[in-house]
Amino acid sequence: MTGNPCFRPRDIIETMGMTIAEKILAAKSGKSAVSPGEIVDAYPDLVMSHTATWRSASVMQRVGATKLYDPDRLAIVLDHISPAKTEKYAADQQTSRNFARQHGVAKFYDIDSGIAHLVLMEAGHVKPGDLIVGTDSHCTIYGSLGALGTGIGYTEVASVWITGKLWMKVPSSVRIVVDGSFAAGVYAKDLMLHLIGSLGADGCGYQSVEFYGEAVPSLSVSDRMTITNLAMEMGVKCAFVPPDENTAEYLRERLKDEYHPVYADADASYEREIAVRLGDLEPMVACPHEVQNTKPIGVVEGTHIDQAFLGSCANAKYEDLVVAAKILKGRKIHPGVRLIVTPGSKQILLEAMNSGVLQTLIESGGLVTNPGCGACAGDGGMLADGEVCLSTANRNFLGRMGSAKSQIYLSSPATLAASAIKGAISDPREFL
Amino acid sequence: MTEIQGRIFKFGDNINSDVIIPGRYLIYIDREKLAQHAFEMLGDGFPDKLRNFDILVAGRNFGCGSAREQAATAIQGLGIKAVVACSFARTFYRNAINDGLPIVECPELYAAVQEGDEIRIDLTGGKIAHGSDQYSFPVMAQSVRKILELGGLAEYLKSQM
Repeated sequence: MTGNPCFRPRDIIETMGMTIAEKILAAKSGKSAVSPGEIVDAYPDLVMSHTATWRSASVMQRVGATKLYDPDRLAIVLDHISPAKTEKYAADQQTSRNFARQHGVAKFYDIDSGIAHLVLMEAGHVKPGDLIVGTDSHCTIYGSLGALGTGIGYTEVASVWITGKLWMKVPSSVRIVVDGSFAAGVYAKDLMLHLIGSLGADGCGYQSVEFYGEAVPSLSVSDRMTITNLAMEMGVKCAFVPPDENTAEYLRERLKDEYHPVYADADASYEREIAVRLGDLEPMVACPHEVQNTKPIGVVEGTHIDQAFLGSCANAKYEDLVVAAKILKGRKIHPGVRLIVTPGSKQILLEAMNSGVLQTLIESGGLVTNPGCGACAGDGGMLADGEVCLSTANRNFLGRMGSAKSQIYLSSPATLAASAIKGAISDPREFL
Repeated sequence: MTEIQGRIFKFGDNINSDVIIPGRYLIYIDREKLAQHAFEMLGDGFPDKLRNFDILVAGRNFGCGSAREQAATAIQGLGIKAVVACSFARTFYRNAINDGLPIVECPELYAAVQEGDEIRIDLTGGKIAHGSDQYSFPVMAQSVRKILELGGLAEYLKSQM
Protein backbone atom coordinates (compact mmCIF):
# COMPACT_ATOMS: atom_id res chain seq x y z
CA MET A 1 0.00 0.00 0.00
CA THR A 2 1.41 3.35 -0.98
CA GLY A 3 -1.14 5.55 0.74
CA ASN A 4 -1.50 7.00 4.21
CA PRO A 5 0.67 4.80 6.44
CA CYS A 6 -1.16 5.94 9.57
CA PHE A 7 -4.37 4.23 8.65
CA ARG A 8 -4.92 0.51 8.98
CA PRO A 9 -8.45 -0.83 8.72
CA ARG A 10 -9.32 -2.84 11.79
CA ASP A 11 -9.98 -6.50 11.40
CA ILE A 12 -13.62 -7.36 11.69
CA ILE A 13 -14.04 -7.77 15.40
CA GLU A 14 -16.73 -9.44 17.41
CA THR A 15 -19.43 -6.94 18.21
CA MET A 16 -23.02 -7.18 19.22
CA GLY A 17 -26.11 -5.94 17.58
CA MET A 18 -24.85 -4.85 14.19
CA THR A 19 -26.19 -5.42 10.67
CA ILE A 20 -23.93 -6.29 7.73
CA ALA A 21 -23.73 -2.68 6.54
CA GLU A 22 -22.95 -1.45 10.05
CA LYS A 23 -20.17 -4.02 10.48
CA ILE A 24 -18.53 -3.28 7.15
CA LEU A 25 -18.70 0.49 7.63
CA ALA A 26 -17.32 0.15 11.18
CA ALA A 27 -14.44 -2.02 9.95
CA LYS A 28 -13.58 0.28 7.07
CA SER A 29 -13.62 3.39 9.23
CA GLY A 30 -11.55 1.89 12.02
CA LYS A 31 -14.36 1.87 14.57
CA SER A 32 -15.54 -0.94 16.81
CA ALA A 33 -19.20 -0.03 16.40
CA VAL A 34 -21.39 2.33 14.41
CA SER A 35 -25.10 2.99 14.37
CA PRO A 36 -27.58 4.27 11.76
CA GLY A 37 -27.35 7.98 11.02
CA GLU A 38 -23.72 8.20 12.11
CA ILE A 39 -21.31 9.74 9.60
CA VAL A 40 -17.97 7.97 9.23
CA ASP A 41 -14.86 8.42 7.12
CA ALA A 42 -14.61 5.07 5.36
CA TYR A 43 -11.72 3.64 3.36
CA PRO A 44 -13.05 1.57 0.42
CA ASP A 45 -11.23 -1.59 -0.66
CA LEU A 46 -12.01 -0.94 -4.30
CA VAL A 47 -12.97 2.13 -6.34
CA MET A 48 -14.53 1.24 -9.67
CA SER A 49 -14.73 3.70 -12.51
CA HIS A 50 -16.09 2.84 -15.93
CA THR A 51 -16.38 4.95 -19.04
CA ALA A 52 -16.58 7.96 -16.69
CA THR A 53 -12.89 7.48 -15.76
CA TRP A 54 -11.71 10.37 -17.93
CA ARG A 55 -13.97 12.71 -15.98
CA SER A 56 -12.39 11.70 -12.67
CA ALA A 57 -8.96 12.03 -14.26
CA SER A 58 -9.84 15.58 -15.32
CA VAL A 59 -10.90 16.43 -11.76
CA MET A 60 -7.59 15.12 -10.45
CA GLN A 61 -5.78 17.34 -12.88
CA ARG A 62 -7.96 20.33 -12.01
CA VAL A 63 -7.24 20.06 -8.31
CA GLY A 64 -3.53 19.59 -8.94
CA ALA A 65 -3.21 16.10 -7.44
CA THR A 66 -0.61 13.81 -8.95
CA LYS A 67 -0.53 10.82 -6.63
CA LEU A 68 -3.08 8.11 -5.91
CA TYR A 69 -3.72 6.92 -2.37
CA ASP A 70 -3.28 3.32 -3.53
CA PRO A 71 -3.32 2.30 -7.23
CA ASP A 72 -4.16 -1.28 -6.22
CA ARG A 73 -7.55 -0.10 -4.98
CA LEU A 74 -8.57 1.23 -8.40
CA ALA A 75 -10.40 -0.78 -11.01
CA ILE A 76 -11.17 0.70 -14.41
CA VAL A 77 -13.46 -0.95 -16.95
CA LEU A 78 -14.46 0.68 -20.25
CA ASP A 79 -17.96 -0.72 -20.59
CA HIS A 80 -20.41 2.04 -21.63
CA ILE A 81 -20.32 3.06 -25.31
CA SER A 82 -17.55 0.61 -26.14
CA PRO A 83 -15.96 0.44 -28.63
CA ALA A 84 -15.97 4.20 -29.13
CA LYS A 85 -18.75 5.33 -31.46
CA THR A 86 -17.53 8.87 -32.03
CA GLU A 87 -14.21 10.67 -31.98
CA LYS A 88 -15.16 12.26 -28.67
CA TYR A 89 -15.67 8.86 -27.04
CA ALA A 90 -12.40 7.68 -28.58
CA ALA A 91 -10.55 10.63 -27.08
CA ASP A 92 -12.15 10.10 -23.67
CA GLN A 93 -11.26 6.40 -23.71
CA GLN A 94 -7.72 7.33 -24.68
CA THR A 95 -7.55 9.62 -21.62
CA SER A 96 -8.75 6.74 -19.42
CA ARG A 97 -6.20 4.31 -20.87
CA ASN A 98 -3.38 6.80 -20.47
CA PHE A 99 -4.43 7.48 -16.91
CA ALA A 100 -4.36 3.76 -16.05
CA ARG A 101 -0.95 3.34 -17.62
CA GLN A 102 0.52 6.45 -16.07
CA HIS A 103 -0.61 5.53 -12.56
CA GLY A 104 0.08 1.81 -12.78
CA VAL A 105 -3.54 0.71 -12.38
CA ALA A 106 -3.26 -3.06 -12.80
CA LYS A 107 -7.00 -3.72 -12.68
CA PHE A 108 -7.64 -2.09 -16.03
CA TYR A 109 -10.10 -3.72 -18.44
CA ASP A 110 -10.46 -2.40 -21.94
CA ILE A 111 -13.43 -2.38 -24.33
CA ASP A 112 -13.28 -6.13 -24.99
CA SER A 113 -14.09 -7.07 -21.37
CA GLY A 114 -17.75 -6.40 -20.72
CA ILE A 115 -19.82 -4.70 -18.00
CA ALA A 116 -17.68 -3.48 -15.10
CA HIS A 117 -19.71 -5.15 -12.35
CA LEU A 118 -19.66 -8.59 -13.93
CA VAL A 119 -16.03 -8.29 -15.04
CA LEU A 120 -14.84 -7.36 -11.54
CA MET A 121 -16.71 -10.21 -9.88
CA GLU A 122 -15.51 -12.74 -12.47
CA ALA A 123 -11.92 -11.55 -12.05
CA GLY A 124 -12.03 -12.07 -8.28
CA HIS A 125 -11.75 -8.40 -7.38
CA VAL A 126 -14.86 -8.46 -5.17
CA LYS A 127 -14.56 -10.10 -1.75
CA PRO A 128 -17.23 -10.67 0.87
CA GLY A 129 -16.94 -7.94 3.48
CA ASP A 130 -15.36 -5.41 1.09
CA LEU A 131 -16.47 -1.81 0.78
CA ILE A 132 -16.68 -0.86 -2.91
CA VAL A 133 -17.68 2.46 -4.43
CA GLY A 134 -17.89 3.32 -8.09
CA THR A 135 -19.25 5.60 -10.78
CA ASP A 136 -22.39 3.54 -11.24
CA SER A 137 -25.57 3.27 -9.22
CA HIS A 138 -25.74 -0.49 -9.77
CA CYS A 139 -22.64 -1.06 -7.63
CA THR A 140 -25.22 -2.53 -5.23
CA ILE A 141 -24.69 -5.76 -7.21
CA TYR A 142 -21.49 -6.48 -5.22
CA GLY A 143 -23.78 -7.42 -2.34
CA SER A 144 -24.47 -10.64 -4.27
CA LEU A 145 -21.07 -11.73 -2.90
CA GLY A 146 -21.54 -10.07 0.49
CA ALA A 147 -19.67 -6.82 -0.28
CA LEU A 148 -21.07 -3.34 0.38
CA GLY A 149 -21.28 -1.69 -3.03
CA THR A 150 -22.69 1.76 -3.69
CA GLY A 151 -22.57 4.41 -6.41
CA ILE A 152 -20.92 7.84 -6.30
CA GLY A 153 -20.20 10.56 -8.85
CA TYR A 154 -17.00 11.07 -10.79
CA THR A 155 -15.69 13.97 -8.69
CA GLU A 156 -16.07 11.89 -5.57
CA VAL A 157 -14.28 8.98 -7.26
CA ALA A 158 -11.37 11.33 -7.91
CA SER A 159 -11.48 12.36 -4.26
CA VAL A 160 -11.30 8.70 -3.12
CA TRP A 161 -8.46 8.06 -5.58
CA ILE A 162 -6.50 10.87 -3.93
CA THR A 163 -7.46 10.60 -0.27
CA GLY A 164 -8.42 6.91 -0.03
CA LYS A 165 -11.60 7.78 1.85
CA LEU A 166 -15.07 9.30 1.71
CA TRP A 167 -17.72 10.30 4.23
CA MET A 168 -20.57 7.84 4.48
CA LYS A 169 -23.75 7.87 6.48
CA VAL A 170 -24.50 4.56 8.17
CA PRO A 171 -27.84 3.39 6.77
CA SER A 172 -30.63 1.73 8.69
CA SER A 173 -31.36 -1.82 7.56
CA VAL A 174 -34.29 -3.83 6.29
CA ARG A 175 -34.67 -7.61 6.28
CA ILE A 176 -36.39 -9.22 3.33
CA VAL A 177 -37.30 -12.83 4.07
CA VAL A 178 -37.85 -14.98 1.01
CA ASP A 179 -39.53 -18.33 1.44
CA GLY A 180 -40.75 -21.09 -0.86
CA SER A 181 -39.54 -21.63 -4.40
CA PHE A 182 -40.18 -20.10 -7.80
CA ALA A 183 -42.95 -21.61 -9.92
CA ALA A 184 -41.89 -22.57 -13.45
CA GLY A 185 -41.39 -19.48 -15.62
CA VAL A 186 -40.79 -17.18 -12.64
CA TYR A 187 -37.31 -15.87 -11.84
CA ALA A 188 -35.26 -13.55 -9.64
CA LYS A 189 -36.18 -10.65 -11.95
CA ASP A 190 -39.86 -11.24 -11.28
CA LEU A 191 -39.21 -11.26 -7.53
CA MET A 192 -37.50 -7.89 -7.78
CA LEU A 193 -40.10 -6.32 -10.06
CA HIS A 194 -42.70 -7.51 -7.56
CA LEU A 195 -40.79 -5.91 -4.66
CA ILE A 196 -40.06 -2.64 -6.50
CA GLY A 197 -43.69 -2.41 -7.60
CA SER A 198 -45.05 -2.97 -4.12
CA LEU A 199 -42.47 -0.94 -2.16
CA GLY A 200 -41.95 1.86 -4.69
CA ALA A 201 -38.94 3.61 -6.22
CA ASP A 202 -37.91 4.92 -2.80
CA GLY A 203 -39.41 2.05 -0.81
CA CYS A 204 -36.03 1.36 0.78
CA GLY A 205 -34.54 4.81 0.22
CA TYR A 206 -31.10 5.22 1.77
CA GLN A 207 -31.41 1.83 3.47
CA SER A 208 -29.37 -1.34 3.45
CA VAL A 209 -31.35 -4.43 2.52
CA GLU A 210 -30.40 -7.96 3.61
CA PHE A 211 -32.01 -11.01 2.03
CA TYR A 212 -32.76 -14.05 4.20
CA GLY A 213 -35.17 -16.96 4.20
CA GLU A 214 -35.41 -20.61 3.28
CA ALA A 215 -35.31 -19.80 -0.45
CA VAL A 216 -31.90 -18.10 -0.31
CA PRO A 217 -29.69 -21.25 -0.43
CA SER A 218 -31.43 -22.22 -3.67
CA LEU A 219 -30.70 -18.87 -5.30
CA SER A 220 -27.68 -19.07 -7.59
CA VAL A 221 -25.03 -16.36 -7.52
CA SER A 222 -26.45 -15.22 -10.87
CA ASP A 223 -29.89 -14.85 -9.24
CA ARG A 224 -28.30 -12.92 -6.39
CA MET A 225 -26.64 -10.56 -8.85
CA THR A 226 -30.03 -9.82 -10.41
CA ILE A 227 -31.52 -9.29 -6.95
CA THR A 228 -28.88 -6.94 -5.54
CA ASN A 229 -28.65 -5.08 -8.86
CA LEU A 230 -32.39 -4.43 -9.07
CA ALA A 231 -32.54 -3.50 -5.37
CA MET A 232 -31.11 -0.14 -6.49
CA GLU A 233 -34.45 0.56 -8.16
CA MET A 234 -36.15 0.71 -4.76
CA GLY A 235 -33.66 3.30 -3.61
CA VAL A 236 -31.28 1.21 -1.51
CA LYS A 237 -27.82 2.37 -0.57
CA CYS A 238 -26.64 -1.24 -0.62
CA ALA A 239 -28.07 -4.76 -0.63
CA PHE A 240 -26.72 -8.07 0.60
CA VAL A 241 -27.24 -11.77 0.20
CA PRO A 242 -25.16 -13.16 3.10
CA PRO A 243 -22.37 -15.39 1.74
CA ASP A 244 -22.93 -19.15 1.87
CA GLU A 245 -21.76 -22.30 0.06
CA ASN A 246 -22.90 -20.96 -3.32
CA THR A 247 -20.81 -17.85 -2.75
CA ALA A 248 -17.80 -19.94 -1.74
CA GLU A 249 -18.24 -22.10 -4.80
CA TYR A 250 -18.38 -19.03 -7.08
CA LEU A 251 -15.27 -17.55 -5.45
CA ARG A 252 -13.24 -20.77 -5.30
CA GLU A 253 -11.62 -20.45 -8.70
CA ARG A 254 -11.75 -16.69 -8.88
CA LEU A 255 -10.37 -15.41 -5.63
CA LYS A 256 -6.83 -16.17 -4.55
CA ASP A 257 -6.87 -13.99 -1.42
CA GLU A 258 -8.24 -15.01 1.91
CA TYR A 259 -11.57 -13.40 2.74
CA HIS A 260 -13.74 -12.91 5.79
CA PRO A 261 -17.47 -12.98 5.18
CA VAL A 262 -19.44 -10.54 7.29
CA TYR A 263 -22.76 -11.59 8.82
CA ALA A 264 -25.28 -9.65 10.85
CA ASP A 265 -25.48 -10.31 14.58
CA ALA A 266 -28.46 -12.24 15.82
CA ASP A 267 -29.52 -9.18 17.82
CA ALA A 268 -28.90 -6.66 15.03
CA SER A 269 -31.75 -4.21 14.66
CA TYR A 270 -33.79 -3.68 11.53
CA GLU A 271 -36.19 -0.92 10.69
CA ARG A 272 -38.59 -3.44 9.24
CA GLU A 273 -39.00 -6.93 7.88
CA ILE A 274 -40.71 -7.80 4.61
CA ALA A 275 -41.81 -11.34 3.82
CA VAL A 276 -42.20 -12.74 0.30
CA ARG A 277 -43.41 -16.19 -0.74
CA LEU A 278 -41.80 -17.04 -4.04
CA GLY A 279 -44.51 -19.55 -4.88
CA ASP A 280 -47.10 -16.74 -4.99
CA LEU A 281 -45.23 -14.81 -7.67
CA GLU A 282 -45.93 -14.77 -11.38
CA PRO A 283 -44.01 -13.27 -14.30
CA MET A 284 -43.91 -9.48 -13.90
CA VAL A 285 -43.35 -6.62 -16.32
CA ALA A 286 -42.33 -3.03 -15.54
CA CYS A 287 -44.24 -0.63 -17.80
CA PRO A 288 -43.10 2.78 -19.09
CA HIS A 289 -41.60 5.03 -17.72
CA GLU A 290 -40.78 3.93 -14.17
CA VAL A 291 -39.48 0.63 -12.82
CA GLN A 292 -42.04 0.77 -10.01
CA ASN A 293 -44.83 0.72 -12.60
CA THR A 294 -45.06 -3.08 -12.51
CA LYS A 295 -47.90 -5.30 -13.67
CA PRO A 296 -48.45 -9.06 -13.68
CA ILE A 297 -47.86 -10.51 -17.14
CA GLY A 298 -51.57 -11.07 -17.77
CA VAL A 299 -52.31 -7.33 -17.69
CA VAL A 300 -49.82 -6.40 -20.43
CA GLU A 301 -49.88 -9.57 -22.50
CA GLY A 302 -50.32 -8.81 -26.19
CA THR A 303 -48.56 -5.43 -26.11
CA HIS A 304 -46.79 -5.11 -29.47
CA ILE A 305 -42.97 -4.90 -29.38
CA ASP A 306 -40.47 -3.74 -32.03
CA GLN A 307 -37.30 -4.64 -30.20
CA ALA A 308 -36.22 -7.13 -27.55
CA PHE A 309 -32.99 -6.38 -25.67
CA LEU A 310 -31.34 -9.25 -23.81
CA GLY A 311 -28.56 -7.45 -21.99
CA SER A 312 -27.38 -5.32 -19.01
CA CYS A 313 -25.80 -5.94 -15.62
CA ALA A 314 -29.20 -7.09 -14.37
CA ASN A 315 -29.82 -9.95 -16.79
CA ALA A 316 -27.09 -10.73 -19.34
CA LYS A 317 -25.25 -13.35 -17.34
CA TYR A 318 -24.66 -16.80 -18.72
CA GLU A 319 -27.65 -18.26 -16.87
CA ASP A 320 -29.86 -15.56 -18.35
CA LEU A 321 -28.75 -16.36 -21.89
CA VAL A 322 -29.40 -20.07 -21.20
CA VAL A 323 -32.95 -19.35 -20.01
CA ALA A 324 -33.68 -17.37 -23.19
CA ALA A 325 -31.98 -19.92 -25.44
CA LYS A 326 -34.04 -22.79 -24.02
CA ILE A 327 -37.20 -21.03 -25.12
CA LEU A 328 -35.78 -19.90 -28.47
CA LYS A 329 -34.24 -23.27 -29.37
CA GLY A 330 -35.68 -24.49 -32.67
CA ARG A 331 -37.93 -21.43 -32.97
CA LYS A 332 -37.73 -18.17 -34.89
CA ILE A 333 -38.41 -14.75 -33.47
CA HIS A 334 -41.32 -12.80 -34.93
CA PRO A 335 -40.35 -11.10 -38.22
CA GLY A 336 -41.38 -7.70 -36.81
CA VAL A 337 -38.98 -7.94 -33.86
CA ARG A 338 -35.29 -7.07 -33.61
CA LEU A 339 -33.68 -9.24 -30.93
CA ILE A 340 -30.43 -7.71 -29.65
CA VAL A 341 -28.31 -9.92 -27.43
CA THR A 342 -25.46 -8.24 -25.55
CA PRO A 343 -23.62 -10.73 -23.33
CA GLY A 344 -22.57 -9.17 -20.03
CA SER A 345 -18.89 -10.02 -20.35
CA LYS A 346 -16.29 -11.69 -22.52
CA GLN A 347 -16.33 -14.72 -20.19
CA ILE A 348 -20.08 -15.02 -20.67
CA LEU A 349 -19.73 -14.61 -24.42
CA LEU A 350 -17.12 -17.38 -24.53
CA GLU A 351 -19.19 -19.70 -22.37
CA ALA A 352 -22.24 -19.12 -24.54
CA MET A 353 -20.17 -19.71 -27.64
CA ASN A 354 -18.72 -22.97 -26.37
CA SER A 355 -22.04 -24.35 -25.13
CA GLY A 356 -23.95 -23.57 -28.31
CA VAL A 357 -26.22 -21.04 -26.58
CA LEU A 358 -24.92 -18.33 -28.86
CA GLN A 359 -25.70 -20.37 -31.94
CA THR A 360 -29.27 -20.93 -30.73
CA LEU A 361 -29.75 -17.22 -30.14
CA ILE A 362 -28.34 -16.33 -33.55
CA GLU A 363 -30.32 -19.03 -35.39
CA SER A 364 -33.54 -17.84 -33.81
CA GLY A 365 -32.98 -14.44 -35.43
CA GLY A 366 -31.01 -12.63 -32.73
CA LEU A 367 -28.20 -10.16 -33.32
CA VAL A 368 -25.30 -10.77 -30.94
CA THR A 369 -23.23 -7.68 -30.11
CA ASN A 370 -19.93 -7.27 -28.29
CA PRO A 371 -20.11 -7.58 -24.49
CA GLY A 372 -20.75 -4.39 -22.53
CA CYS A 373 -23.61 -2.13 -21.48
CA GLY A 374 -24.86 -1.84 -25.05
CA ALA A 375 -28.37 -0.59 -25.69
CA CYS A 376 -29.14 -0.12 -21.96
CA ALA A 377 -26.72 2.81 -21.97
CA GLY A 378 -27.92 4.05 -25.36
CA ASP A 379 -25.16 2.40 -27.39
CA GLY A 380 -26.72 0.81 -30.45
CA GLY A 381 -30.29 -0.39 -30.45
CA MET A 382 -31.76 3.10 -30.12
CA LEU A 383 -35.52 3.43 -30.49
CA ALA A 384 -37.40 5.59 -32.99
CA ASP A 385 -40.60 7.55 -32.32
CA GLY A 386 -43.41 5.25 -31.31
CA GLU A 387 -41.26 2.14 -30.97
CA VAL A 388 -41.58 -0.28 -28.09
CA CYS A 389 -38.73 -2.25 -26.57
CA LEU A 390 -38.94 -5.10 -24.10
CA SER A 391 -35.67 -5.23 -22.18
CA THR A 392 -34.06 -7.36 -19.50
CA ALA A 393 -32.26 -4.28 -18.15
CA ASN A 394 -32.99 -2.44 -14.93
CA ARG A 395 -34.34 0.91 -16.15
CA ASN A 396 -37.16 1.97 -18.42
CA PHE A 397 -36.92 5.72 -17.94
CA LEU A 398 -38.31 8.11 -20.53
CA GLY A 399 -36.00 8.35 -23.53
CA ARG A 400 -33.27 6.16 -22.03
CA MET A 401 -32.96 4.09 -25.20
CA GLY A 402 -33.70 6.77 -27.76
CA SER A 403 -36.77 8.80 -28.67
CA ALA A 404 -38.83 10.47 -25.96
CA LYS A 405 -41.76 8.98 -27.85
CA SER A 406 -40.50 5.40 -27.47
CA GLN A 407 -41.46 3.04 -24.67
CA ILE A 408 -39.45 0.55 -22.64
CA TYR A 409 -40.88 -2.42 -20.74
CA LEU A 410 -38.73 -4.60 -18.47
CA SER A 411 -38.96 -8.33 -17.88
CA SER A 412 -37.06 -11.54 -17.17
CA PRO A 413 -35.05 -13.20 -19.96
CA ALA A 414 -37.76 -15.89 -20.23
CA THR A 415 -40.56 -13.38 -20.77
CA LEU A 416 -38.31 -11.58 -23.24
CA ALA A 417 -37.68 -14.75 -25.27
CA ALA A 418 -41.37 -15.70 -25.37
CA SER A 419 -42.27 -12.15 -26.40
CA ALA A 420 -39.63 -12.04 -29.16
CA ILE A 421 -41.19 -15.16 -30.66
CA LYS A 422 -44.72 -13.78 -30.57
CA GLY A 423 -43.94 -10.16 -31.44
CA ALA A 424 -45.85 -9.03 -28.38
CA ILE A 425 -45.40 -9.26 -24.61
CA SER A 426 -46.11 -12.89 -23.79
CA ASP A 427 -46.25 -15.27 -20.85
CA PRO A 428 -43.15 -17.50 -20.87
CA ARG A 429 -45.03 -20.33 -19.18
CA GLU A 430 -46.64 -21.42 -22.42
CA PHE A 431 -43.17 -22.20 -23.81
CA LEU A 432 -41.99 -24.35 -20.91
CA MET B 1 -24.60 31.80 -0.49
CA THR B 2 -26.16 31.11 2.90
CA GLU B 3 -29.36 32.86 1.77
CA ILE B 4 -31.02 31.95 -1.49
CA GLN B 5 -34.08 33.73 -2.75
CA GLY B 6 -36.14 33.35 -5.87
CA ARG B 7 -39.05 31.98 -7.88
CA ILE B 8 -39.77 28.29 -7.80
CA PHE B 9 -40.58 25.72 -10.44
CA LYS B 10 -42.37 22.65 -9.17
CA PHE B 11 -41.77 19.01 -10.12
CA GLY B 12 -43.50 15.82 -8.94
CA ASP B 13 -42.09 12.61 -7.41
CA ASN B 14 -39.30 10.36 -8.71
CA ILE B 15 -37.72 12.74 -11.23
CA ASN B 16 -34.89 10.48 -12.41
CA SER B 17 -31.42 11.47 -13.53
CA ASP B 18 -32.00 10.13 -17.08
CA VAL B 19 -34.73 12.76 -17.41
CA ILE B 20 -32.57 15.44 -15.79
CA ILE B 21 -29.75 14.77 -18.28
CA PRO B 22 -30.00 11.94 -20.84
CA GLY B 23 -27.05 9.52 -21.06
CA ARG B 24 -26.11 10.63 -24.55
CA TYR B 25 -24.92 13.99 -23.17
CA LEU B 26 -22.60 12.56 -20.52
CA ILE B 27 -19.75 13.22 -22.94
CA TYR B 28 -19.95 16.76 -21.55
CA ILE B 29 -18.99 17.98 -18.11
CA ASP B 30 -19.45 21.65 -18.93
CA ARG B 31 -22.42 23.31 -17.20
CA GLU B 32 -23.65 25.28 -20.18
CA LYS B 33 -23.54 22.41 -22.65
CA LEU B 34 -25.33 20.10 -20.22
CA ALA B 35 -27.95 22.73 -19.43
CA GLN B 36 -28.94 22.94 -23.10
CA HIS B 37 -30.22 19.36 -22.86
CA ALA B 38 -31.46 19.20 -19.27
CA PHE B 39 -35.01 17.81 -18.97
CA GLU B 40 -35.36 17.90 -22.78
CA MET B 41 -37.10 14.50 -22.78
CA LEU B 42 -40.07 16.20 -21.13
CA GLY B 43 -40.65 18.38 -24.22
CA ASP B 44 -43.07 21.20 -23.39
CA GLY B 45 -40.58 24.08 -23.50
CA PHE B 46 -37.93 22.37 -21.36
CA PRO B 47 -35.18 23.18 -20.61
CA ASP B 48 -35.44 26.86 -21.56
CA LYS B 49 -38.51 27.61 -19.51
CA LEU B 50 -36.58 26.69 -16.37
CA ARG B 51 -34.25 29.62 -16.99
CA ASN B 52 -37.05 31.87 -15.72
CA PHE B 53 -36.92 30.23 -12.30
CA ASP B 54 -34.35 30.20 -9.50
CA ILE B 55 -35.23 27.25 -7.30
CA LEU B 56 -36.64 23.80 -8.04
CA VAL B 57 -39.16 22.33 -5.62
CA ALA B 58 -39.76 18.61 -6.04
CA GLY B 59 -41.60 15.72 -4.46
CA ARG B 60 -40.05 12.49 -3.22
CA ASN B 61 -36.89 10.78 -4.44
CA PHE B 62 -35.61 13.58 -6.65
CA GLY B 63 -32.64 12.49 -8.80
CA CYS B 64 -33.27 8.74 -8.55
CA GLY B 65 -31.64 6.30 -10.95
CA SER B 66 -28.21 6.70 -12.47
CA ALA B 67 -25.32 8.01 -10.36
CA ARG B 68 -24.42 10.53 -13.09
CA GLU B 69 -23.02 13.64 -11.45
CA GLN B 70 -23.94 15.75 -14.46
CA ALA B 71 -27.56 15.76 -13.25
CA ALA B 72 -26.52 18.29 -10.62
CA THR B 73 -24.20 20.11 -13.04
CA ALA B 74 -26.92 20.50 -15.67
CA ILE B 75 -29.34 22.00 -13.14
CA GLN B 76 -26.72 24.54 -12.10
CA GLY B 77 -26.12 25.36 -15.76
CA LEU B 78 -29.75 26.47 -16.03
CA GLY B 79 -29.09 29.07 -13.37
CA ILE B 80 -30.97 27.15 -10.68
CA LYS B 81 -29.58 28.12 -7.29
CA ALA B 82 -31.06 25.36 -5.08
CA VAL B 83 -33.33 22.32 -5.06
CA VAL B 84 -35.84 21.76 -2.26
CA ALA B 85 -37.43 18.30 -2.26
CA CYS B 86 -39.48 16.09 0.02
CA SER B 87 -36.57 13.65 -0.33
CA PHE B 88 -33.58 13.01 -2.58
CA ALA B 89 -32.09 9.82 -3.97
CA ARG B 90 -28.74 9.37 -2.22
CA THR B 91 -26.51 9.56 -5.30
CA PHE B 92 -28.08 12.85 -6.38
CA TYR B 93 -27.81 14.19 -2.84
CA ARG B 94 -24.06 13.51 -2.74
CA ASN B 95 -23.49 14.70 -6.29
CA ALA B 96 -25.30 17.98 -5.61
CA ILE B 97 -23.10 18.70 -2.59
CA ASN B 98 -20.00 17.69 -4.52
CA ASP B 99 -21.04 19.91 -7.39
CA GLY B 100 -21.80 22.89 -5.16
CA LEU B 101 -25.58 22.85 -5.68
CA PRO B 102 -27.45 23.59 -2.42
CA ILE B 103 -30.15 21.03 -1.62
CA VAL B 104 -32.71 21.02 1.13
CA GLU B 105 -35.04 18.30 2.36
CA CYS B 106 -38.26 19.95 3.48
CA PRO B 107 -41.38 17.84 2.84
CA GLU B 108 -43.65 20.38 4.57
CA LEU B 109 -43.00 23.04 1.95
CA TYR B 110 -44.18 21.01 -1.02
CA ALA B 111 -47.94 21.21 -0.67
CA ALA B 112 -47.83 24.85 0.39
CA VAL B 113 -46.22 26.29 -2.74
CA GLN B 114 -47.21 26.89 -6.35
CA GLU B 115 -45.09 27.39 -9.43
CA GLY B 116 -43.85 30.98 -9.59
CA ASP B 117 -44.02 31.58 -5.82
CA GLU B 118 -41.11 33.35 -4.17
CA ILE B 119 -39.28 31.59 -1.35
CA ARG B 120 -36.22 32.46 0.70
CA ILE B 121 -33.92 29.74 2.00
CA ASP B 122 -31.63 30.32 4.95
CA LEU B 123 -29.14 27.47 4.63
CA THR B 124 -27.30 28.04 7.89
CA GLY B 125 -30.43 28.81 9.89
CA GLY B 126 -32.41 25.87 8.48
CA LYS B 127 -35.45 27.97 7.56
CA ILE B 128 -37.49 28.58 4.43
CA ALA B 129 -39.72 31.64 4.23
CA HIS B 130 -42.76 31.60 1.94
CA GLY B 131 -44.84 34.76 2.34
CA SER B 132 -45.59 34.96 6.04
CA ASP B 133 -45.10 31.21 6.53
CA GLN B 134 -41.89 29.65 7.71
CA TYR B 135 -40.67 26.07 7.40
CA SER B 136 -37.70 24.44 9.11
CA PHE B 137 -35.32 21.83 7.84
CA PRO B 138 -32.32 20.05 9.38
CA VAL B 139 -29.11 21.94 8.71
CA MET B 140 -26.26 19.99 7.13
CA ALA B 141 -23.18 19.12 9.13
CA GLN B 142 -20.58 21.90 9.10
CA SER B 143 -18.06 19.65 7.28
CA VAL B 144 -20.49 19.00 4.45
CA ARG B 145 -21.59 22.65 4.28
CA LYS B 146 -17.96 23.59 3.87
CA ILE B 147 -17.84 21.63 0.58
CA LEU B 148 -20.94 23.48 -0.64
CA GLU B 149 -19.61 26.86 0.41
CA LEU B 150 -16.39 26.33 -1.50
CA GLY B 151 -18.41 25.48 -4.61
CA GLY B 152 -18.04 21.72 -4.58
CA LEU B 153 -15.70 18.83 -3.82
CA ALA B 154 -13.11 19.70 -6.48
CA GLU B 155 -12.68 23.17 -4.96
CA TYR B 156 -12.57 21.62 -1.51
CA LEU B 157 -9.85 19.19 -2.60
CA LYS B 158 -7.91 22.06 -4.13
CA SER B 159 -8.07 23.90 -0.83
CA GLN B 160 -6.65 20.85 0.93
CA MET B 161 -3.70 20.40 -1.45
